[in-house]
Amino acid sequence: MVENRPAATVLAHLTLILGVLIIGFPVYLTFVASTQTAEQIVQNVPMSLLPGDNMIESYKLALMGGKTTYGGNLPPAAPMLWVSTVTALVIAVGKIVISLLSAFAVVYFRFPGRSVVFWMIFVTLMLPVEVRILPTYKVVSDLGMLNTYAGLTIPLIASATATFLFRQFFLTVPDELVEAARIDGAGPLRFFKDVLLPLSSTSIAALFVIQFIYGWNQYLWPLLMTTDESMYPVVMGIKRMISGGDAATEWNSVMATAMLAMIPPALVVILMQRWFVKGLVDSEK
Amino acid sequence: MGAISLRNVEKTYAPGTGAAVKVIHGVNAEIVDGEFIVIVGPSGCGKSTLLRMVAGLEEITGGEIAIGGRVVNKLEPSERDIAMVFQNYALYPHMSVFDNMAYGLKIAKLPAEQIRARVDKAAKILELSALLERKPRQLSGGQRQRVAMGRAIVRQPQVFLFDEPLSNLDAKLRAQTRIEIRKLHAELGVTSLFVTHDQVEAMTLAQRMIVMNAGVMEQVGAPEEVYATPASIFVAGFIGSPPMNLLAGRAEGNLFHVGGSVLALPQSAPRDGPLTLGVRPEHLAFAANGLWTLRVDLVEMLGAERLIYGRAGEAALVVRTESTSAAPTAAQLLHLSVEARHLHWFDASSGRRVTP
Repeated sequence: MVENRPAATVLAHLTLILGVLIIGFPVYLTFVASTQTAEQIVQNVPMSLLPGDNMIESYKLALMGGKTTYGGNLPPAAPMLWVSTVTALVIAVGKIVISLLSAFAVVYFRFPGRSVVFWMIFVTLMLPVEVRILPTYKVVSDLGMLNTYAGLTIPLIASATATFLFRQFFLTVPDELVEAARIDGAGPLRFFKDVLLPLSSTSIAALFVIQFIYGWNQYLWPLLMTTDESMYPVVMGIKRMISGGDAATEWNSVMATAMLAMIPPALVVILMQRWFVKGLVDSEK
Repeated sequence: MGAISLRNVEKTYAPGTGAAVKVIHGVNAEIVDGEFIVIVGPSGCGKSTLLRMVAGLEEITGGEIAIGGRVVNKLEPSERDIAMVFQNYALYPHMSVFDNMAYGLKIAKLPAEQIRARVDKAAKILELSALLERKPRQLSGGQRQRVAMGRAIVRQPQVFLFDEPLSNLDAKLRAQTRIEIRKLHAELGVTSLFVTHDQVEAMTLAQRMIVMNAGVMEQVGAPEEVYATPASIFVAGFIGSPPMNLLAGRAEGNLFHVGGSVLALPQSAPRDGPLTLGVRPEHLAFAANGLWTLRVDLVEMLGAERLIYGRAGEAALVVRTESTSAAPTAAQLLHLSVEARHLHWFDASSGRRVTP
């Protein structure tokens, strides 16, 4: 489509720039705050919008923990980042593996109650963690999985959304391809590995991005089931650094931790985006 | 080695339920080793289903299929020693041409150098050697079609199965590929079953053809034989382009009444009742004093020849003539004659041929 309407172009750009500002300004503010000292943030009202010179100290304190300027004790963010990374990765990979296999079963195998199974999976879309949180907690606690990676990840792994997406994708794979593979002598798992998996790579990339962020941003579930500081994910850690009441908050380190917590999901989006755009272009006929 | 026996083969969908549909009604055929057989028929006649039953992609619900003397009813497709070329080629989109052709051999765990040798040989025959590293999407339709054939060749099967492999090609490429398939068959001598709805393809490719209609074999024979002596009204109307003129009339005594004129019946024809007369368009000739008077409706120029559409009384007729003479014009009246040996007689109720 070729359009030559300057007014429309200007309007479109203004809208987009406004959108970028709305998203970008808070991030910038977080960054600026993380480069100043705690005193500068509290004493200058309003806060300076120019980066300060305390960046290295703020980030070091956030990552390694230690004594704050107010004499409090700050837990290190590095282990929390590690917990978050492991959790998000396990959730994303686990969801993809399980969804791929269950979608494969639902689409390619004729077994009694196939549609019942599919609809049962589909119905779980209506039961997110928040709805079933108490029974899930009871189960996880009875299994002795509190304060473990298993407890953090397993209840979140089953994914109706991903199963549904893969099912829809598998349904678009021509039957003749399945038949050609059968004539070539490929068994079901061979077909899955050699044909379906490579064809699904773009869907897998897209889902990985979505599910990684989903796993990274988990807050309520870890809050409920972790009591051991060594198992806190970073999103929870940030909240715990903001002390209520009389104790002073080390805002520069909070902001530094927030910045650090934003980096991995941002990286995943940027890196995977390239990858799946390439995949989309490749699959074009 | 590659003989195929179809013994009373039947196919019923959803057998044993109220919704059971029988789509193949007891097909019998003996195909000898190295033969090129074309199964032809209109859409929905069961020809693809029959082929897929031979391939093992559809369950056989009645009768037996044997390949090379071995009953294959319960064997997986990969165990039947067949290779199939699909209508949409069914190439693996993410694999290179080489990998597409080699995939079946890799699964069969052939040594790598043997795979390489077989694929190279097939690629050479099909002129694909320069394209081995490409992906299917980088190939034209004709090239993809050849890759699909290459994938069949490298398996060195007893039987090739083709499921309308030419229908996605344009007319020129189709004619060219037809010739290539014939050459390939002459070179490899492998038994081939070729399904098509295109009677021209069937006529040009087949050593013997099986004409199917509504799940029943109407006729089996060499193309010349099927064309010269169609076994039923259906075959007469299906094979040949334009199709045979079919005129319904009545036999009374030894005379046949049709389109306002009267013909003498041959000895073997029934003396009474409804009959259908068939005449090929090229067997109708213009004469000074003919059997029918044709009122011309339309003239189609095809280059070397001309098709003249018109009506003789109630009956619509097509005449094929060489285009050397002057073209008739619309509404012109022409006299037609036909030699008795070019007449085909069919029983109107059963549809079967009544004269030899």
